[in-house]
Amino acid sequence: MHTFAYARPTLLAEAVALLEAHGPDARLLAGGTDLVIRLRDGTARPGVVIDIKRIAEMRPSIREEAGCLVIGAGTVMTDIAADERVRRSYPALAEAAAVVGSVQIRNRATLAGNVCNASPAADTAPALLVHAARVVAVGPAGTRRIPIDGFFVRSGVTTLARGEIVTAIELPLPDRAMGAVHVRRTRRRGHDLASVTLCCGVDATGVTRIAYGSVGPRPVLAVDESGVLADPTAPGAAKEAIFERLFADASPSPRSMRASPDYRLAMLRVLGARALRIAIDRLAQA
Amino acid sequence: MSESAAAFPIELTVNGHRRAIEVAVHHTLLDVLRDDLGLTGAKECCLVGECGACTVILDGRTVDSCLVLAVEADGSEITTVEGLADDRGLSPLQQAFLDKGAVQCGFCIPGQLLSAHALLADNPHPSLPEIQEGLAGNLCRCGCYRQITDAVLATAERAER
Repeated sequence: MHTFAYARPTLLAEAVALLEAHGPDARLLAGGTDLVIRLRDGTARPGVVIDIKRIAEMRPSIREEAGCLVIGAGTVMTDIAADERVRRSYPALAEAAAVVGSVQIRNRATLAGNVCNASPAADTAPALLVHAARVVAVGPAGTRRIPIDGFFVRSGVTTLARGEIVTAIELPLPDRAMGAVHVRRTRRRGHDLASVTLCCGVDATGVTRIAYGSVGPRPVLAVDESGVLADPTAPGAAKEAIFERLFADASPSPRSMRASPDYRLAMLRVLGARALRIAIDRLAQA
Repeated sequence: MSESAAAFPIELTVNGHRRAIEVAVHHTLLDVLRDDLGLTGAKECCLVGECGACTVILDGRTVDSCLVLAVEADGSEITTVEGLADDRGLSPLQQAFLDKGAVQCGFCIPGQLLSAHALLADNPHPSLPEIQEGLAGNLCRCGCYRQITDAVLATAERAER
């Protein structure tokens, strides 16, 4: 591994100043499960690594605040998957957090890191899209809240501005009942990246939100407001037509090693139909 | 670039012993445990967090020590496989691994033991699927998964309910 300067600020303002001063030559270190791999293989060669884990605002925490469940940037997947409030109100997020990597990875990997790494295959991204999460970013110009659908650009690229640091992910507390589920397809059980990762949420007003990843340069959110998908009595052909529209933005890469485009597109439809059934059942039980 | 990065002082409690050392900022916890502290139980293998051979317990939770910079562990308590046995001998889990023939080449075993140790500390009576998920981050190229899960089940059965 090449060497770098290691900074361990305790104040958020120090971290913002460092990031602003060094720009692309600085990398933030949270759980390190992506960054340390890239430091070692040389695909990231920052001059300075800024460890955010000693900053008070970044400490692991899941708290209710101003109509939101707020997940602090230092919170790891293990704690999100186990949190009673997440499991009750955002079960798809708890399910997604529970399948990221292995136990060892989930004990280090943070939700904020998963989002900022912006992998198209990030398992938590579809759940955050379905639940209309917001990314809280603090930068030289102050704090802004970025709707998650406006955050992802492509692998490794987000709409964060220079000097901005993600301090939390906010989930609006649900104002109506929703049934939601996360499903995915991997090559093997256990520890693997998703060939398709998908989340479906159906709410009490009949709106269906489907988000999917690992089938294009960024995770995609698609919404059906017609009520057809949510209606268990609607004809299959009508549902299929809507699914085709919702999946129109899938464009899997032919270069990926994990699965062929044809396989991913076929599995997207299988997982979509499966997740819709589970989400409708969960809504009925809610 | 230069390998002689500025030394950074850290304190670790490793297997109950307090250690104050200076580490290079680009050295991982795995590097420091093996090369600076002489604890070679944790193994270097895939270096991307997939195989689990470098698993150690950091503040009560298993981590892949190849993905943790040593400086990040400053102030932490660490258990390596060397810390499982005590003066009276092997831990019940270690003995069960021997009794069930779970150890063939042995390379993955320190990581398997620590993942199993952490699993049982959290959940003293896990089901078979819970054991399989709990150890999914530890690969065994000898293919001893059956014997390893048998050893964990046997340890759990002997634990008090």
